[in-house]
Amino acid sequence: MSMSAAVPVLDLSLVPRVDAVGVEERAAALGKRSIKKEAKRSGIRLAISMLDLTTLEGKDSEGKVRQLCRKAVRPLPADPTVPHVAAVCVYPNLVPVAKDALAGSGVKVASVATGFPAGLVPLPVKLDETRRAVAMGADEVDMVIDRGAFLSGGFTAVFEEIAAVKAACGPAHLKVILETGELETYDNVRKASHLAMAAGADFIKTSTGKVVPAATPAVVLVMLEAIRDHYFETGRRVGLKPAGGIRTSKQALHLLVLVKETLGDAWLTPDLFRIGASTVTNDLLMQLAKESSGRYQSADYFTKD
Amino acid sequence: MSADIPVKKTYKLYIGGEMVRTESGRSDPIYAPKPKKTLLANVSRGSRKDVRDAVGKARAAQDGWAKKTGYLRGQILYRMAEMLEGRAGSFEKVLRESRGLSPAAAKREVRGAIDRLVHYAGWSDKYGALLSTINPVASSYYDFSVPEPTGVVGIVAPETPELLGLVTHLAPVIVSGNAAVVLLSERHPLAALELGEVLATSDLPAGVANLISGRKEELVPHLARHMDVNAIADAGGDAALSKAIAEDAAVNVKRVKRYAVRDDFADAAQGLDFIEAFLETKTTWHPVGV
Amino acid sequence: MSTTVKDDTARNEAAEKVAAEKPRLEFGGAWKYAPSPEATDHVEIAPRYGLFIGGRFVPPRSKKHFPTINPATEEALSEVADAGAADVDAAVRAAEEAHRRRWSKLSPAARGKYIYRIARLIQEKSRALAVLETMNGGKPIKESRDVDVPLAAAHFFYYAGWADKLSWAFRGRRAESLGVCGQIIPWNFPLLMAAWKIAPALACGNTVVLKPAETTPLTALALAEVCREADLPPGVVNVVTGAGETGAHVVNHPGVAKIAFTGSTEVGKVIQRAVAGTGKRLTLELGGKAANIVFEDAAIDQAVEGIVNGIYFNQGHVCCAGSRLLVQESIEPVVRRKLAHRIATLRLGNPLDKNTDVGAINSGAQLAKIRELVQSGVDEGAELHQSACAIPVKGFWFPPTFFTGVAQSHRIAREEIFGPVLAVMTFRTPEEAVEKANNTPYGLSAGVWTDKGSKIFQVSSRLRAGVVWANTFNKFDPASPFGGYKESGFGREGGVQGLREYVELRA
Repeated sequence: MSMSAAVPVLDLSLVPRVDAVGVEERAAALGKRSIKKEAKRSGIRLAISMLDLTTLEGKDSEGKVRQLCRKAVRPLPADPTVPHVAAVCVYPNLVPVAKDALAGSGVKVASVATGFPAGLVPLPVKLDETRRAVAMGADEVDMVIDRGAFLSGGFTAVFEEIAAVKAACGPAHLKVILETGELETYDNVRKASHLAMAAGADFIKTSTGKVVPAATPAVVLVMLEAIRDHYFETGRRVGLKPAGGIRTSKQALHLLVLVKETLGDAWLTPDLFRIGASTVTNDLLMQLAKESSGRYQSADYFTKD
Repeated sequence: MSADIPVKKTYKLYIGGEMVRTESGRSDPIYAPKPKKTLLANVSRGSRKDVRDAVGKARAAQDGWAKKTGYLRGQILYRMAEMLEGRAGSFEKVLRESRGLSPAAAKREVRGAIDRLVHYAGWSDKYGALLSTINPVASSYYDFSVPEPTGVVGIVAPETPELLGLVTHLAPVIVSGNAAVVLLSERHPLAALELGEVLATSDLPAGVANLISGRKEELVPHLARHMDVNAIADAGGDAALSKAIAEDAAVNVKRVKRYAVRDDFADAAQGLDFIEAFLETKTTWHPVGV
Repeated sequence: MSTTVKDDTARNEAAEKVAAEKPRLEFGGAWKYAPSPEATDHVEIAPRYGLFIGGRFVPPRSKKHFPTINPATEEALSEVADAGAADVDAAVRAAEEAHRRRWSKLSPAARGKYIYRIARLIQEKSRALAVLETMNGGKPIKESRDVDVPLAAAHFFYYAGWADKLSWAFRGRRAESLGVCGQIIPWNFPLLMAAWKIAPALACGNTVVLKPAETTPLTALALAEVCREADLPPGVVNVVTGAGETGAHVVNHPGVAKIAFTGSTEVGKVIQRAVAGTGKRLTLELGGKAANIVFEDAAIDQAVEGIVNGIYFNQGHVCCAGSRLLVQESIEPVVRRKLAHRIATLRLGNPLDKNTDVGAINSGAQLAKIRELVQSGVDEGAELHQSACAIPVKGFWFPPTFFTGVAQSHRIAREEIFGPVLAVMTFRTPEEAVEKANNTPYGLSAGVWTDKGSKIFQVSSRLRAGVVWANTFNKFDPASPFGGYKESGFGREGGVQGLREYVELRA
C-alpha cells in the first residue's frame, strides 16, 4: 500500500496552557454578575431543568430513590409550572427503580459506571458494568477516567478506555468524569477535557462528588473553554456537567453565567448543560418562592427527600 | 636646531570610540595661563553635526553596553582607572600647563579622578541590589521593581575641575549602562580630551562615552533639543544655560538633573544618588499559580 | 530504518481550524440579565460647589461656575467653581500656612493617623463615592466599586503607614518635606488619581493644592469633604476646580514647591517648559501606546482576557492601556476569532448597571477624537471589527473596536486614542516583537504573554516601559511603583519609590 488514510493525531502538547490566576480572576468576575428579578426567576427555572438530581451513597435504597424521583418530576408540588429536572443519577443497581419511578415523566435516568468513583477496576469489568446499566434502562452513563493512568502520561490508555465505554453505551449518552480535584492543575483539566471529547464524550463532567475541590467556577470555565475550542475545530457541541459542592442558588446562577458568556445561547439547555447536585434543589426552590412572594423562606416548607 | 621646536598638538574629539576631527573643520587655540599667550595646543571646536554624530554613536552603543553584566562594566571602569594611573604624570602635566595648577593640586585632581573611577567601578553590580524592591501587592502576583538605564544621556561638564568634574559626572552615568555625550569644559578641555585618548585604547565599547569640545552656548541647545537624547546631566554651572536646557528638554520629556557640586573632592560628590538620577524604575508583575 | 519528521505545522493546522469563520457562537437572548442599576438615592450632590480652601468650601473670587454633567445622559449634575488666579493664590497661601504652622510640625505618627482616617472614611463612604464617580465620569459601576474606590482607600492606608517610617525609607539621611505640592489630575480615574497624588504628599509632610479634571470634579470635592470630616488641619488639602487655565495658575504659582501632573504628553511638555528654571520639582505621568505581546505558547484564553482587560477596561481611557496588540503570526487568526467572540459578550450601556462592562465615553470632545482616529484607521486601510452592541441614544458612547491588518505606520498604531480601540499587528520572532513594541516615543507599560519563564525575563527586560505585565494586564497596587520611560513621563507613584519625589534628602 503506497497510500494510507490520514490518521487523526491527538497531540495534547498543542492543547492551550491555562494560567491559573487569570482563569480564576475571570471566573470570579463572572460571579459578580448581578442576577435580579426576571433574570433570577428564569435563571432558577433553567437551573432546575438542568439538574441531575443525584444520590450516590452506599446506603441508597429503593425507598430513597423513589422519593428522589418524585422530587425530580415535581420539584415543587405546590407549583406545577416549575419544570422537572433533567435526570436522576444513581448507582447501577438502582437504575431499574429510577426507570420505573420516572416512566413517562421526561426525566432521564443516569447511572454511574466503570467502577465509580475510583475507576480502578479492569476494563472488561467497566465495559460489562456499562452494558448492564444501559440494559437496565440507563439513558445516560457517567463514567470516571483512570486518573492514575492520565497523571502518569498514559493518554492512549485513557483515550481507548473512554472510546470503548462509549461503544459499550450504545444509544446511551456518555458523560466522562475527569475528577478535576485529583488532576490538580488547570493544564491537566484542559488536556483531559480535550482527550475525553476526542474519545467521544457527549458530556464532560467535573467530579464524582467524592473529592474536594470539585466543580469550582475556574475549573468549569477551563472546561467550557475546552468545549469551545472543540466546537470551533469540529463543529460538534459537547455538553458540560459540573458536579460536587454546588449547594446554593447563587452558585447555580454563577454556573449559568459562565455558560452564557463563554459558549452562548446554544448551551443554555439541559441537552448541553447539567448541574450534578441534590441539596441545591431546595435552595433554588426557596429562592424562587422568595422571588414570587417577596418573603424570605424557611426550610421547613420544602421537602427533604 | 629643529629639535627645539615643539610639535603643537591638535586635540581631536572622541566620538564613536575614535579620535576624530570636527566635521566643521574649526579649531580653537588653547593658551597657557602663564606665561601668558603661550599656545599650548589647538582643540577641535565641535559643531551641531558632531553632536548629532555622537548621539547616533551613543544610541547604537547603549543597548549592547547595558546588556553587559555589571561585573564586566565594573571591570572596564576599573581598567579606566588603571590606565589613568599609568599616565598620571602626563595628566598632571596637562593640568599644570593648561590651568596653571601647582604640582600638588594637579596631582590631587588626577588622584581624585582615579579614585572616583575606582569608586564607581565598584558600584556596577551593587546599585541594583540597593534600588530594587519586591513589592508586596495584595493579590496573587509576584511584583518587583528594578532599575534600568535611562538611555542616552547628555552631560554638560563643569568648567573646572575639568578632569575630576568630567569623571564625577561621566562615571555614574555609564556605570549603569547608559551611553553619554559630554560637552567638555569650554575653557579647559585638554585634560578631558587627553582622557579621550586613553578611552580610545581602553576596553570601553565605542560610543559609550563621547567627548566633545567647543562652545557650550552653541552646542548645548542641540544636545538639549535632540529627540534621541533621554536625559541631561547639567553640571555646567550657568544659570541661564540651565534654564534653556530645562526648557528645551521638554521636547521629548528629557529627565534633567542639575548639579551644583560645591566640592568635587568631597565624598558628597559621589555615590548612589549620582547613579540613580539616570535610572528608570521598571516594575514587572507576574501571576503566581500552577 | 527511516525517521519520520513531524513538521511544526500542527499548531498552525489546529489554529486554522479554530480560526475558521464557522461555526460561530451566538450570544443573544437565551437568558437575559434584567437591568440591575445601582441605587443613587444615598448620593447627595449639591446644586453648586465652591472651592475647598483652608478647610472650608468657599465661593470663588472669580465668581464663575461651570456645569458638570453625567456623560451617559448628558444631564447636568451640578455646577462647580471655575478657580481663577486669585482663587489659586488663596489656595496656595492656605497650603503654605498649613505647611509652615501645622503639618510640617506635626509628629510623623500624627500625620499618619490623619491619613489613616481618610482611608477609613473612603471605605465607609465607598458606595456613595463609587456611584458619584460613575455618574460624573461614565465608568461602569463595577469598576468604580471594585477598582477605583477600594484602590483609593488602599493608597491612603499604604502611605499612612509610611509617614513615621521615612527615616527607614531613606536610611542615613533626613527626609524633609518640600512644602506646597500642586497636583493636577486627569478625568479617567478621578478619585484614584487624587489618592495617588495626595497620600504620598501628605505622608511626607507636604500640603496640597489639587486641581481635578474639568469634566470630573465631583469625587475630588467629595474627598475634600472627607478631609474635613477627618479633621485634617485646614489648608493641608485644598481643591481648586477649573479647566486648563486653573491648572496653569497652579503650575506657575511661585509658592508651589512641586508639581505632580498626570495627563497628556502634550500638556506635560507645556508644564515641563513652564517650570524650567524655577527650581520646582516635577513629576509627570503622561500618555502611552502600550504593546501587548502575545506569543504562540501563551495561555491563549487568559491572554484574550488580558487583551480585553488591557484595552476595554474603563472604555480604554487608561494611559497604560494595551492599545497595540502584537500577536505572533501563527496564532493571529485564533486570537482574532476569540477576540471577536469575546467583544460580542461585552455589555455596553448604563454605567450604573452592575452588569455593564463598557460605560460612557467621558466627554463629547473625547468621543470626537476617538471617532476621528477610528476613521483614520479605516481610511488608511485597516480592517475594522466592532461589537454590534446597541448604542444608547443620549450620552457619549463608542463600541468596543479592534483593527486587524494594521501597519506600524498607521495613525491608530502610533497615536494614543484613549478609547476602546485596539490595533492588532503581527510579528514572527521575539526580536521583531521587542523592536515593534519599543518603536514609539512612549514607554509607560507593556504586556508579555508566554508560558515560557525564561522568555518572559528576556523580553520584559528589553521592553522600554515602566510597568511590564507578564501574563496579566492593567493591575495596580499601592505597593507597586507606576510610571513611565521616555515621553510617558518621569517619577514613580506607588511603593517606596513613590516617596522619593515628595522629600528633600539631607545628610
